[in-house]
Amino acid sequence: MDNMRERFVSVTSRALDEDPRLALVLAEITMDGFRPDQQRHPERVINVGIREQLLIGVGGGLALTGLRPIVHTFASFLVERPFEQVKLDFGHQGTGGVLVSANASYDWPAGGYTHMAPGDVALLDTLDGWTVHVPGHPDEAGALLRHAYAAGDDKVYVRLSQQSNAAPRPVDGVGLRTVREGGPGAAVVVAVGPLLDNVLAATEGLDVTVLYATTVRPFDDAALREAVGRGRAEVVLVEPYLAGTSTAAAAQALSAVPHRILGLGIGRAELRRYGTMDEHTAAHGLDPHSLRQRIGAFL
Amino acid sequence: MTQATADTGFRYDDLGRLIALMTGAEKHGPAAHSTLDVLWVLYDRVLRVEPGGTEEPGRDRFLLSKGHGPMAYYAVLAAKGFFPQDWLRGFGSYDSPLGHHPDRTLIPGVEIGSGSLGHGLPLAVGSALGLRAQGLDEPAVWVLIGDAELDEGSNHEAIAYAGAAGLERLHTVVIDNDSATHGWRGGIASRFEAAGWSAVTVDGRDHAALHAAFTTPHPGRPHAVVARVEKKQ
Repeated sequence: MDNMRERFVSVTSRALDEDPRLALVLAEITMDGFRPDQQRHPERVINVGIREQLLIGVGGGLALTGLRPIVHTFASFLVERPFEQVKLDFGHQGTGGVLVSANASYDWPAGGYTHMAPGDVALLDTLDGWTVHVPGHPDEAGALLRHAYAAGDDKVYVRLSQQSNAAPRPVDGVGLRTVREGGPGAAVVVAVGPLLDNVLAATEGLDVTVLYATTVRPFDDAALREAVGRGRAEVVLVEPYLAGTSTAAAAQALSAVPHRILGLGIGRAELRRYGTMDEHTAAHGLDPHSLRQRIGAFL
Repeated sequence: MTQATADTGFRYDDLGRLIALMTGAEKHGPAAHSTLDVLWVLYDRVLRVEPGGTEEPGRDRFLLSKGHGPMAYYAVLAAKGFFPQDWLRGFGSYDSPLGHHPDRTLIPGVEIGSGSLGHGLPLAVGSALGLRAQGLDEPAVWVLIGDAELDEGSNHEAIAYAGAAGLERLHTVVIDNDSATHGWRGGIASRFEAAGWSAVTVDGRDHAALHAAFTTPHPGRPHAVVARVEKKQ
């Protein structure tokens, strides 16, 4: 099966054929995948070279002329390196576009910290109005990309990863979906994107409600409130980026009820380790065994 | 679309008075504003954009990248009828649309919000690409930057790419008042020329020379005009 980045190429290729308003901006990364598209649409498939400030600025300029830019590179070079361009060349101009990242938090562990971007979603949280999609399967990635391309002039970030759940779930581009329902007063575990399978394995046999999030911003306050019910709220967030990224959003949603929140995710400390994705998942305590212990201890 | 903008009756000689509405000071000579002559010649004789047509897809775009000290820009826009002269008095106040850096969402005719240096030229490159992708081959895209603003690396990403891409409808005016601490050895124009641009250096106070530089043909290449003005005091 193709991975999310490959699905990005096929879905975007078709979208460029169908929608003349879309234009793709690249900074070398994934250019090979789009070469046939560049031949078909030489003026709407733009590769600026290894120039990430220009990558975002060009996207912003395209939006000023009424096009819907799709801007893509690795997360560390799409959000972190040109962050001020993201802030000013879209939001401040009153325009929108779709930022599509690859590589996520540690998709290439042997590449080391320079190619890891666990802080991308937290950075975007400092800005107003960004929708953030975190698909957990290539099929979900395809659906969320199509949703983002059709979302008017919205500012949308789509975070693609090599990590994936075994099977896709239906996604609608908004909100949380209940995948396991606990009894009355059960704690709620929110699993984001590719960490769903680990969360389901970790909470097997526990009386908890599991919500699945592939769209994390805007945060689905209503769904979380409904899931916790009327009593005391116990919530665990399991996110494939910086631990605690959504803790403030969840606390805001639950501000009217007593609540406790545990935010699990990628640690801040640099591991300075290479190896495999599975080894990094375990090192951050996000494998099923570690999750079970941490969630159990909290509850 | 007609050349130049609607005639509001204001002339170049009125700009000092309009600027004084913002500064509250006695009338400033043009020399206090490094961009004034460039802006006047562009809006008076070069840009094809009118107050009623600021959303026209086929309009020329002018992007003020060097957003600091926008009084000359506001004076020219008011003189050309993009917004009422009355607005100038509130410059920088809470209820005014006119900030010390311009905001495109607040001011008719302003194409970008600027203030942080080094954003205008990349946005202009994207604008030129976007117009071309929509088959709009006529509109010109202009961006104004400063010689010290050129320190920002984002400009050099844009200059290198735009030259290689041959963006003929892209134009950059560099106001050179010698304010970059480390200067530009070999000259500013040479940076553009080396990247494949057409480039000329002119007296930034000489309206005839500016007009000639602005209207110089540059087939297949983007065009840079380095406008030299007095050294910043």
